[in-house]
This record gives sequence, C-alpha cells and structure tokens, in this order.
Amino acid sequence: MMSLFAVLIDGTIYASWLFLVAAGLTVIYGVMRILNMAHGSFYAIGAYTAASLVGWYFNNGIGPVWAGYLLMLGCALVAGLIVGLIIERGLLRFMYGRDEVLMVIITYALLLVLEDTMKMIWGVNPYFAYQPYAEMGRSALAGLKVSNYDLMLVGVSAVLGLGLWLWLERTHQGKVLRAVIHDREVAMAMGVNVRRMFTLVFVLGTMLGTLAGALTAPAISVVPGMGVEIIVLAFAVVVIGGMGSIEGAAVGALLVGLSRAAAVHYAPEFELFVIYGVMALVLAVRPQGLFGRVLARKI
Amino acid sequence: MRLSKTELILLGVAVLLAAGGFIAPQWLVFLLTMALAKAMVVQGVVMQMRAGLVTFGQGLFFCVGGYAVGMSGHFLDITDLAVLLLIGVGAAVLLAMLLGLLMTRYREIFFAMLSLAFSMILYGVLVKSSALGSTDGFNVKAWTLFGWTPASGQAPLALFVIIVACSALLAVLLHRYSRSSAGMMCEAIRENEVRVEYLGQSPRWVLYMNYVAAAAVSALGGGFMALSAGHIDPEMAYWITSGEFVFIALLGGTAHVAAPFIAAILFAVVRTYAIELVPHSWQMILGFTLLAIIVFLPKGLWSLFTGQARRAKA
Repeated sequence: MMSLFAVLIDGTIYASWLFLVAAGLTVIYGVMRILNMAHGSFYAIGAYTAASLVGWYFNNGIGPVWAGYLLMLGCALVAGLIVGLIIERGLLRFMYGRDEVLMVIITYALLLVLEDTMKMIWGVNPYFAYQPYAEMGRSALAGLKVSNYDLMLVGVSAVLGLGLWLWLERTHQGKVLRAVIHDREVAMAMGVNVRRMFTLVFVLGTMLGTLAGALTAPAISVVPGMGVEIIVLAFAVVVIGGMGSIEGAAVGALLVGLSRAAAVHYAPEFELFVIYGVMALVLAVRPQGLFGRVLARKI
Repeated sequence: MRLSKTELILLGVAVLLAAGGFIAPQWLVFLLTMALAKAMVVQGVVMQMRAGLVTFGQGLFFCVGGYAVGMSGHFLDITDLAVLLLIGVGAAVLLAMLLGLLMTRYREIFFAMLSLAFSMILYGVLVKSSALGSTDGFNVKAWTLFGWTPASGQAPLALFVIIVACSALLAVLLHRYSRSSAGMMCEAIRENEVRVEYLGQSPRWVLYMNYVAAAAVSALGGGFMALSAGHIDPEMAYWITSGEFVFIALLGGTAHVAAPFIAAILFAVVRTYAIELVPHSWQMILGFTLLAIIVFLPKGLWSLFTGQARRAKA
C-alpha cells in the first residue's frame, strides 16, 4: 500500500515534469506541423541559462532568495524569446510548406548545430544551481519525504497546462489559432495572418521549452547532451496523447509518468522499456494518438 | 548472369579497392571497413526512402546484427565469420518479419516515430541487461573463416577484402532490385500510394518485403561493424546513431546504388579530420551541411554527377 502511494507521488511529479517538457513541442506541432527535434536543445538552453545565472546569483549572495526564483524564470523566458525569434525568422520561415518528414530532418540539423553552439558558450563542464531546490526544504506526505520544489513543479505544470488550455479555448486569439490548426488554407482565406501566427507560436513553444529546462536545472547537474536525451522522451509523450493536443500531452505525460514510476518501484530494469513500450502500444492501437484526429486518405 | 555496364563498373571499383587495401596504411583500411559497414546500414535506409519512408530507427537492425554476432561468439562459441553474419541477418529478418506487420500500416511521420520507438526499446533493454555489459557493451571474439584463422596482423586486411566483396555483391543485387518490378513499385508508392492500389497491387505487401530486405541489409552492416571494431554497445540502437544513417543517406541521395557507399566513405574521412581539428564543432558542421544539402542539393551529392541539379535550375 505504501509503495503504491509512493508510485503515485513519484509518477505525478515525473508526469508534471514531462508535461512541461512536452507542452511546447505539442503546441508547435499542432499549429505548424513541425515535429521539432530541436526542442531538446531549447530545453538545454533554458537549463544552461538558468544554471549559470542562478548559480552566480546565489554563490555571490547578490540579493534575496525570492528574487533568485524570479531571475531563474525570467532569464529562461528571455533566452527562449531570443532563440525562438532567431530560428523562426532566420531559418524556419524559408522552409514552410515542405514535407513534414523533411521538417523533422531540418530540425534535426538545427539540433546538431545548437548542441555545439551550447558547448562553445558554456563549455563541457557541468553547471549546478541546487540552491532553489535546497532552499525550499522537504515536507512529509503521509510518511513520505517529498521535496517541496517537486511539489511546486506539479503546481506550475498544472497552472501552465490550464492556462494554455484556456488561452486556446476561451480567447479570441486561441480561436483563430484553432482555426489555423483545423485548416490552414481556409483560415488564410478568411484573413488570418498565418505567418504571424507561426512566429508567435514558435516563439511561445521555444519559451515553454526553455522554461522547462530552467525549472529542471536546480534538480539536476546541467551537462552537454541533456537535450538529446530528453527529446525522444518528449516525443513519446506527445505521440501518445496525439500530436498537437494539449489535453493529449497531459494524459500522455500522466500515462508515461505513472508507468515509469511503477517500473522504477517494481521492476527497475524495465524503466526505459516501459516508456517506449507504452508509446509503441498506443501507436499500434491508435496511430493518431489518444486525442489525435483521424485524417482521410487523399489522392 | 549477364552484367550491365553499371554492374561491371561497380565490380571493377571493388577489385581496385580491395587491391588498394594491400598498399594502404592500416588506419585507412580500418576506416574504410567501418565506412563500408555503415554504408550497408545506409542502404537499408535508402531502400525505404525510395518508397517514401524515412526511418529514424534503422539503428535497431544495425544493433540486432551486431549483438547477434557478438552473442553467438560469446555464448555459443561460434567463430566462423560466414555463420556469424548469417545468424545476424537471420535474427534481423525474423524481427523485421514480426515488426513489419505493424510498421507497414504507418506512413510519413508516424513511421518515423514508430521506428524510433522500437529502436529505443531495444536500447532501453540493452542498457539494463548486465549480462551483456549494460552501457559498456562487450568485446567480440576474433573470427575465423571456414577453418582458417587469420594471423594477428592479417585480420583487418582480410576482413576488408571480405567486406569489399560483400559490398560489391550487395551493390549489384540492390541495383537489380531497384530496377525490378518490386523496386519500381516502391517508387510508385512514394509518388502515389492510392493509385498503386487502383492498379491492383498491394502497397502493404511491397513495403513489407522492402522493410524485411532493408533490415537484412542493415543487419549485415551491423555484423561487419561488430567484427571489425571488435566491440559492441547499446549506442548502436540509440536514435543519434539512426540519425547519422539518415544523414549519410541524404548526403548521397537515392538516385544510384553507389551513392550511399561514396557518402559513407566521405563521411568517415571528413569526420576523422574534423574531430581532430575542431573537436567541439563536428556536430555543427554536420548540421550546417545537412541544411545546405536540403536547400541546394535535395537529391544528394549524386545529382552533382548526373547534372540533375543544373537541369533543375535551368
């Protein structure tokens, strides 16, 4: 009974982290039909920016603790804004209209370039910014010691997911965006500036990616290659939920998070197997994912 | 068997390459052996690309081929090269026959994702199996051939001659396959699958056979890789490895059977120098090259030879 509770707690924490990582990916795919392999690099850029700045802030005792958290989030958002704008304006806008699979390869090239750019900027040594994690302390949940930072992550993830959902479903801009998702050409004919929507969404997706990285940074050591590891995991979550669906990403994250937590507790050797096993299983039964739309075959 | 002009040229180049192995320095022989092994895997990627499918998981069969060879040597004490390679190919064919039933239902991005998922499953299993050395992998035993044991200095050169011979044979076979009705059908499916169905053909069956054949070819490359490097690890199934194969396939293009071989050799040579000169910029060079190819040479380096690139612009 105890371990079942532990699985639930671990699973939820892991799932909320997964959702943070996958949200940007699914938003970008939904609107732009780009399965963005470089999303892992955005995550890593966010983590590096936060780790280097936050580490410097706390080590030199610059200011109060709460400002450190603001700095962590702020610098990640700024980094995402800059990187997203450069990539969308400088490269991707010349590539629109190409085959979806080709876009995967293009963003794969982008991932390779960004990986080495990060090595040039931050070097190859690990960065640590454990202070925001340690400052929050731990609390006991029915006899289990859980880090408050992890619990906060669950909250942030829920708020972010709800916010995205409300934005898409309840605002005018969200409505326009859904029109683009549903049928790009008709939306264009109705006077929607699809190009501007693309820029907006890509930058938003990038910022979600860097934010996820920044929020993860205090809990890990930031090392080269962390973005490459994460991207397939994020793919799994997005594919399970149905590419382009926010609710899908949330359900996918919960599914992967809980099954991984169960594997870690009961059969640790199956940890990785379970994640991709769930992905393959869902694809086998529902290729379009749990929340995806079925597309008719066209001649 | 009557040989066409292309096939004669392929065989001629192979003889020259094998002869060159006797005078080339040892590092070059080793580098070329590895490049040819990789080129075989790339052939598998290209076979599917011709049918319009991009796989981000060909590392799966590369890894299966390699591990089948390594494990047969380790656990069954088989050292004969021919038997080992056959086991490797056989294992991959069995797996592909099973996975193919599922894979052939998917196209485009879903095919890419599902192939990626399967290779990552294997990676996940291998990383956690301590009997197979987990992330470190294990060493492959020295090979023999029909009772002949190569002397310690001879093995790399002998393996090089064998892999050149196999590559030449494979090139001729694949060249014929691409011109056979099944091979032509693959290209038709890429252009328009529904119309192929209207013609009374089964795209799924064609793609299934193509998938299995591609797996066999890639597993052969994996087996050779295990024998020449003398070591295997789960990294072979990691998605970055598969991405490298896609890169080489795009570099060469799908127009000719020789393109993947040339691209793989070029890739290996450039990488050797790039890693020495600019160790932390290798991936960046790869990335920019890939973008340049997609924008300027969508049919790969091979189109430089045929003038297709110039004609397309005119």
